[in-house]
Amino acid sequence: MQNHMELRFSAYPQNESFARVAIAAFAVQLNPTLPEMADIKTAVSEAVTNAIVHGYREHDGMVSMTADFGDRRLLTVSIHDDGCGIEDVETAMQPFYSTGDGAERSGMGFCVMQTFMDAVDVDSRVDQGTTVTMRKYITGEVGLHRERMLDEIG
Amino acid sequence: MVQESPLYGSVTVVVAGELDHCTASQIRRQLDGILEDPSITHLCLDLENLTFMDSSGIGVLLGRLRVLQQRGGMLSVKNMQPPIEKLFRLTGLQRVIGVEKNAKGVR
Repeated sequence: MQNHMELRFSAYPQNESFARVAIAAFAVQLNPTLPEMADIKTAVSEAVTNAIVHGYREHDGMVSMTADFGDRRLLTVSIHDDGCGIEDVETAMQPFYSTGDGAERSGMGFCVMQTFMDAVDVDSRVDQGTTVTMRKYITGEVGLHRERMLDEIG
Repeated sequence: MVQESPLYGSVTVVVAGELDHCTASQIRRQLDGILEDPSITHLCLDLENLTFMDSSGIGVLLGRLRVLQQRGGMLSVKNMQPPIEKLFRLTGLQRVIGVEKNAKGVR
């Protein structure tokens, strides 16, 4: 079984929390642990924020979110915008890299996505848009034990 | 956003709800309003009821830290929920922002 969902919403900051709630409602079918769910929501929030702030530069546009999982419990989430694209993806993904638009940005968005998910791929073309595809293996209860173990060993 | 000021120059502010790009500007404005008082040198954020934060929140915290450092002050947080604590740990934020021991046993 391959479960698939697609969602398309306006590139408004108010929809960042909507996207988090939507991906959580889809991913809950995999019975993730609370830390896994928090990771997914945070990574999606980063990708949607990037689409709104950098892709569309806070102008009108549409953001698409698709998500899939199958029997192997691998969750794939893609966030797509038709915005301005990224000229140099490798540089943009460096920690603390920011476009320097004067706003207070941490430059940690891609870093958070990479840390909280198992894999992040970015496909971007200047003036055509960006697709960020993130994958995470949802371990469920096993993951809970792993989190506890990691907590214990610090 | 509730304020307590038990000590001169020190203020504790409760930040509740969600801190993302959408809410960042409002929370930034409120914190900057508090920091307009130049006598404040220690801002402590009580995050017990902050249920979500992403890197937009990191930007807000680092911006306020900069303001406080310019006047020789410091920024600290307390009562973080586990996901926010993880964000702090993985981005190295706890190296520049003081993390006070959880007063209410929140983990």
